[in-house]
Amino acid sequence: MTTFLGMPAGGGNLTGEPFPKAAREALGNAQLRRNLAKATGTIRAKRANVVGELPDWEPLRAAGAAIKDEVLANLDEYLVRFEEALTSRGTHVHWARDADEANRVISDLVRATGTREVIKVKSMATVEIGLNEALADIGVHAVETDLAELIVQLGNDKSSHILVPAIHRNRSEIREIFRREMPGVDPELTDDPRALAEAARRHLRHKFMTVDVAISGANFGVAETGSLVVVESEGNGRMCLTLPRTLISVVGIEKLVPSWRDLEVFLQLLPRSSTGERMNPYTSVWTGPTEGQTSHVVLVDNGRTATLADPDGRAALRCIRCSACLNSCPVYERTGGHAYGSTYPGPIGAVLSPQLTGVDRNPTLPFASSLCGVCYDVCPVAIDIPSMLVHLRERVTSSKRTTPESTAMRALAWAMSDARRWRRLVRLGKFGRVASRHVPLPGWSTARDLPQPPQETFRDWWESR
Amino acid sequence: MRVALFVTCLVDGLFPDVGKATVRLLERLGHQVVVPSAQTCCGQMHINTGYPGQAMPVIRNHVEAFEGADVIVAPSGSCAGSVRHQHADVARKHGDAKLAEAAADTAARTYELSEFLVDVLGVTDVGAYFPHRVTYHPTCHSLRVLKVGDRPLRLLRAVEGIDLVELPSAETCCGFGGTFAVKNSDTSTAMLGDKMSAVLSTKAGVLTAGDSSCLMHIGGGLSRLRSGVRPLHLAQILEHTR
Repeated sequence: MTTFLGMPAGGGNLTGEPFPKAAREALGNAQLRRNLAKATGTIRAKRANVVGELPDWEPLRAAGAAIKDEVLANLDEYLVRFEEALTSRGTHVHWARDADEANRVISDLVRATGTREVIKVKSMATVEIGLNEALADIGVHAVETDLAELIVQLGNDKSSHILVPAIHRNRSEIREIFRREMPGVDPELTDDPRALAEAARRHLRHKFMTVDVAISGANFGVAETGSLVVVESEGNGRMCLTLPRTLISVVGIEKLVPSWRDLEVFLQLLPRSSTGERMNPYTSVWTGPTEGQTSHVVLVDNGRTATLADPDGRAALRCIRCSACLNSCPVYERTGGHAYGSTYPGPIGAVLSPQLTGVDRNPTLPFASSLCGVCYDVCPVAIDIPSMLVHLRERVTSSKRTTPESTAMRALAWAMSDARRWRRLVRLGKFGRVASRHVPLPGWSTARDLPQPPQETFRDWWESR
Repeated sequence: MRVALFVTCLVDGLFPDVGKATVRLLERLGHQVVVPSAQTCCGQMHINTGYPGQAMPVIRNHVEAFEGADVIVAPSGSCAGSVRHQHADVARKHGDAKLAEAAADTAARTYELSEFLVDVLGVTDVGAYFPHRVTYHPTCHSLRVLKVGDRPLRLLRAVEGIDLVELPSAETCCGFGGTFAVKNSDTSTAMLGDKMSAVLSTKAGVLTAGDSSCLMHIGGGLSRLRSGVRPLHLAQILEHTR
């Protein structure tokens, strides 16, 4: 298989235990199964409603895919245009090849401010590169201000969903985390969602008023104007974007759209696919720093250029991180996000993570799907995830030498490419009858009986008719 | 019409009754069935497990086996789906443009059984009689690759005497997914468990679908539970008469 020389592989939080092993552990957690089924079921229904009411959903989807493909095909030009637009409006632009370089750049910027604490807007890119851990290493505490990210952070936990990082937690678990970890919280706190939100609000309000450095990601970057866009529900992001005197935005290089007009498409596709809302409550767009503010943009590759180099895999970079594929996936619904071991779980994670890191570092994720195809149906930018999974499976198998599986497959293909050979094999029905009774098929036979092979094959019947 | 039956390797070797039912049904409707003897398998397992290169001779064999057939009918959404949506692509990617072209031609002549009955023959009432409580599982590849929609349900609704009951969360995958059921058997089993609960909640005595593979999976679980629910392919219900 092609090795893409000179293209850095992605580092950071993109790998974990083999999927089957991690999934097995997760599947044993009945509380997790209940929490996930309830949450994903609710969001699925909301999404189906608001997508169904748009008569032009399919053309919108096609437009979203086409705009992203245009950006990806000419990414070098759009990135330079974006950098020029940012610089001309007074934003400092930094480039990072991988997670380590991004963390070094950001750490240096934060260190220069002298702060011991930063507030954060919810950002997948910063989770991907492991920024919080890197900042902790230089003695800086990063405070997550998105409610769900805060729950994950206080619980000393990991995100399990792109949109709702604490989807694996129910409200009584959240109350316990707050009572244990949130300084000054009311010990009588109930698990009423309103009370929980109020507790988080008090905790965060103090941070907004006292911390002077913020770190954000971006949902979109507009190449034409150098504008950055953050789409959110709570308004906490906007507090971070506007109050602190230093703003550092960490942006994956694939996040660009060519022009302002293109946002029209994505600001319809994203909220409907993501939270199942017609429009999200807060959309912040900023073009250059506000008065008295210093702003930095760190453009991160971390495996994206290598992903772009694969014609059959690059469409994964269209992803706008909506989570519709997670919420719809029957595998995700049962295993949850931690089983995927990566910042990006679910179907999109199963195609994106192995491409960012190289398949050798994520060889089980392309197989973590029954190929049922529902992810492709709900994707707002029409990423054909099932075909991409199949393609990545080939990259995995061809990166290995001969295995018992590849040998068996080769033998089977040899038999199947000639009808006489194949019929002789199928006629070994008698052997099959014995085998199925006495030799359990690992995995299969724990919960399923094997069918009893028949006395005569269809073909034998047909010929004797 | 002269119909070439693509019986599929699974039906040939493990579920011959499904093939027989398909033949009898098509003959009852007045059509001539032929079974090209060179056919073996569509190669989908190789393609989907990451061995598309090994599938190449299997694809070539399939294309040659059905050369000259006017219409090709398979009692499987998944195998018809592989022929229609994977063969030409795999051939092209492996540098065989001629095979890709031939595979695209084969694909254009290939139908899943319910598509063939409803779209090509224009029938929904095939004259079947089946006085049992039945629930229908739409298989993923028939639903999302071939987009057969409600064609199987229209055929079932027209069956005399049938008590057709809706399957809750019908469109959710049963967890089979070919080698997925073995490579990720725990996750597959969890999906199977939810599918079986849904089936049992309908109190149906028969579970039907357009793919023997998914029926083998759900049926294997139902058998382990000694549930008494019988898995029957759509063709077996449609073939049944008074």
